[in-house]
Amino acid sequence: MSELALAAFAAETGSHVVRTPSDRAFRVFARRFDDAAYLDRLGQTGIRWIARSAPAFPPLLHAIHDPPPGLFVRGDADLHLLRRATVAVVGARSCSPYGAQVARMLGRELGRASLIVVSGLARGVDGEAHRGALEAGALTVGVLGCGIDRDYPAAHRELAARIRATGLTVSEYAPGVEPAPWRFPARNRIIAGLSAATVVVEARDRSGALITADLALEEGREVFAVPGEITSALSSGTNDLLKLGATPLTTVADVLDVFGLASTDGEPVELGSSAEAVLARLRDGPASADELARATGLDAGALSSALTELELAGCAVAGGGVYRAN
Amino acid sequence: MGWVLARTVTHALVGLETRRVEVEAHLENGVPGFAIVGLADRACQEAKHRVRSGIASAELEWPLRRITVNLAPAALRKEGSAFDLPIALSILAASGQIPRDSLAEHAAVGELALDGRLRPVGGVLALAEAAREAGLPRMLCAARSSPEAALAGIEPVPVRHLADAVAYLRGEHDPEPWVPQNGHQPEAPVLDLADLRGQERARRALEIAATGGHNLLLAGPPGTGKTMLARRLSGILPPLSPGEAIEVTRIHSVAGMLAADRPLVTARPLRSPHYSASVAALVGGGPGPKPGEVSLAHRGVLVLDEFAEFQRPALEALRQPLEDGVVSIARVGGRAVFPARFQLVAAMNLCPCGARGDPAADCKCSPQRLSAFRDKLSRALLDRFDLVVAMPRPRAVELAAPPGESSDPVRHRVAAARERLDVSRASWTKEATELLDRAVERLPLSGRGRARARRVAETIAALASESAVGAEHLSEALAYRSPTELGAP
Repeated sequence: MSELALAAFAAETGSHVVRTPSDRAFRVFARRFDDAAYLDRLGQTGIRWIARSAPAFPPLLHAIHDPPPGLFVRGDADLHLLRRATVAVVGARSCSPYGAQVARMLGRELGRASLIVVSGLARGVDGEAHRGALEAGALTVGVLGCGIDRDYPAAHRELAARIRATGLTVSEYAPGVEPAPWRFPARNRIIAGLSAATVVVEARDRSGALITADLALEEGREVFAVPGEITSALSSGTNDLLKLGATPLTTVADVLDVFGLASTDGEPVELGSSAEAVLARLRDGPASADELARATGLDAGALSSALTELELAGCAVAGGGVYRAN
Repeated sequence: MGWVLARTVTHALVGLETRRVEVEAHLENGVPGFAIVGLADRACQEAKHRVRSGIASAELEWPLRRITVNLAPAALRKEGSAFDLPIALSILAASGQIPRDSLAEHAAVGELALDGRLRPVGGVLALAEAAREAGLPRMLCAARSSPEAALAGIEPVPVRHLADAVAYLRGEHDPEPWVPQNGHQPEAPVLDLADLRGQERARRALEIAATGGHNLLLAGPPGTGKTMLARRLSGILPPLSPGEAIEVTRIHSVAGMLAADRPLVTARPLRSPHYSASVAALVGGGPGPKPGEVSLAHRGVLVLDEFAEFQRPALEALRQPLEDGVVSIARVGGRAVFPARFQLVAAMNLCPCGARGDPAADCKCSPQRLSAFRDKLSRALLDRFDLVVAMPRPRAVELAAPPGESSDPVRHRVAAARERLDVSRASWTKEATELLDRAVERLPLSGRGRARARRVAETIAALASESAVGAEHLSEALAYRSPTELGAP
């Protein structure tokens, strides 16, 4: 009785199966199930399978109380990737420009420090974290809440392909399983399970990202929360986490410390005097172009010029009509 | 002799182009009757009744013979009421009530009222130009249309009533020139930039757009002055040149939109269709193709407010005119080409609920709704905007500030910079070229985006009275590229 049969049975019946069920239907299914033929079909579509009992199965994921029967894996990377130091970056799908910026920055900086960024390939924070890691040329792992052959959300098809080019997408669900709302909390346990640390960037009350954080806490993993404005509904979840004792994340070094890594500063950039003045104002908080012009005394043309300089140097980003220091 | 024939020359409009049409009236003995042949549409067929009543009202004689009017060439579809006057004159000439050879030197155009008065029709400028090119020195037209016909360099004969035309052609008297009854109406006041407070950056972008003829997209939450700003672009553009004025007048005349006391359009057109506009309303169409908003905005400004609310097909239809400066409309009956060299200023919110970009409001759009909203604007369309500016909600200090710069000084700067742009192409400094290479590497900048940044940088250099494009000009240009949140590189 193989773990692969369990996964195939779950896909066949549309259920979620972790342990061997004792009912007759499964016994009949398992008797007829042909492991070799199934693996052969998977191989033809470029999908690999790591059973729970296989040595390649990530040990951190094995340690959770209900590890999946195994993982379906797509992508060209070595499976050893899943055993390396991994950090989950999760958060709201409808995130604010602030959340998107932080997620991307985290993805980039963690990637630069050779950590593997794990996330759920969802819109918003998840997607930005993956993009950040890719930007840094780092490897990243996307965990799906549907069949491994599905592109969900469809808008992230291209992103998923870019992740697979160097990293992996994984799922506990066999090809053909449709995405369903109840599968996402189950997916979150894999994100939390794969990672030594979980960072929640932005989360509303009772959101999926909080489920991930709870699961990580239950398994005794490190949980970070990015502080947000106390007035924003998008930060209420993360601020509650902080109240409950999560570690506030204010710089990437907070995470790197856990792994005993030192943050690697990029080479210092040389900025013009107007760009310096604009950056100094941006460090006080996000501002619109007109506010910046008033604060620095630059005219509209010179200010635009300074902002481009900052953007090119990676010191500022634009979003929602305002600029922020990066 | 059992029959007589007389002929009047006029022209038919096909879009903006004209075709020579000969109106032949043939009178023969037989049972009295009246037929119009030559692919005439309904309005043309109804000319029968207007012409008969008009001739009776002018106290002229309706020939009690068998009348056949042919509009040649018979293969060309004729539309509208402009053939009333030439039909009436041909019949009168055939029945000997006016000298037949008097028509040889005159074109004629106009719609008859039942009491014999002559009503103006659309497109007189284009028809008059055609008549002049056909070697006809004079044109009979409605008195109100005569200033418009005069623009074409033809001698208009202002006709108030069919009886006037007959008297003139008999050589009995010359019609009086037409004088507008209420004198000239004052021009509509041009909207001034001084009305707008704050938004310095968007103003700057508007000035650059005016100088280089760039298309501009303003994005931001509602109530930040996007529409106000967009409508003020035409006020800082240089006035129309005489040639451009004629082009614009021709289009507006065909659309029947000329004011009676203002035959020549001298102000740059400003068109702002509602977002419910159909494809045909926007780019033109209809059975006898009529110019759409893009052509009415020719040499002027097309403002599309709530840009993302327009139907997707209507937006995609804008791509051809934006690229080529013309709209060609193919119909079963033929093809019409309208010029459409306009400057596009679009305004939109950053999300369907409008709260995005407003620090005081919380955006409640779901990610799906947000992406559907962005998907509506294809990359190909967003790529047509050289300048994209976010307009955040102004702070109280800005609203309380003294009024901004008025349009006059801006217009002078724009005019001066436009001259510099016309004279020579800017060269590029080494720093600017290096910066462009770096930007293409670091920013998501498409090939078209790169070309766009180059063009805008050249405009900015011209505004700064520099002969070479420097790094500071290019970096400013790059600040106006589409933000990633609109989904464009």
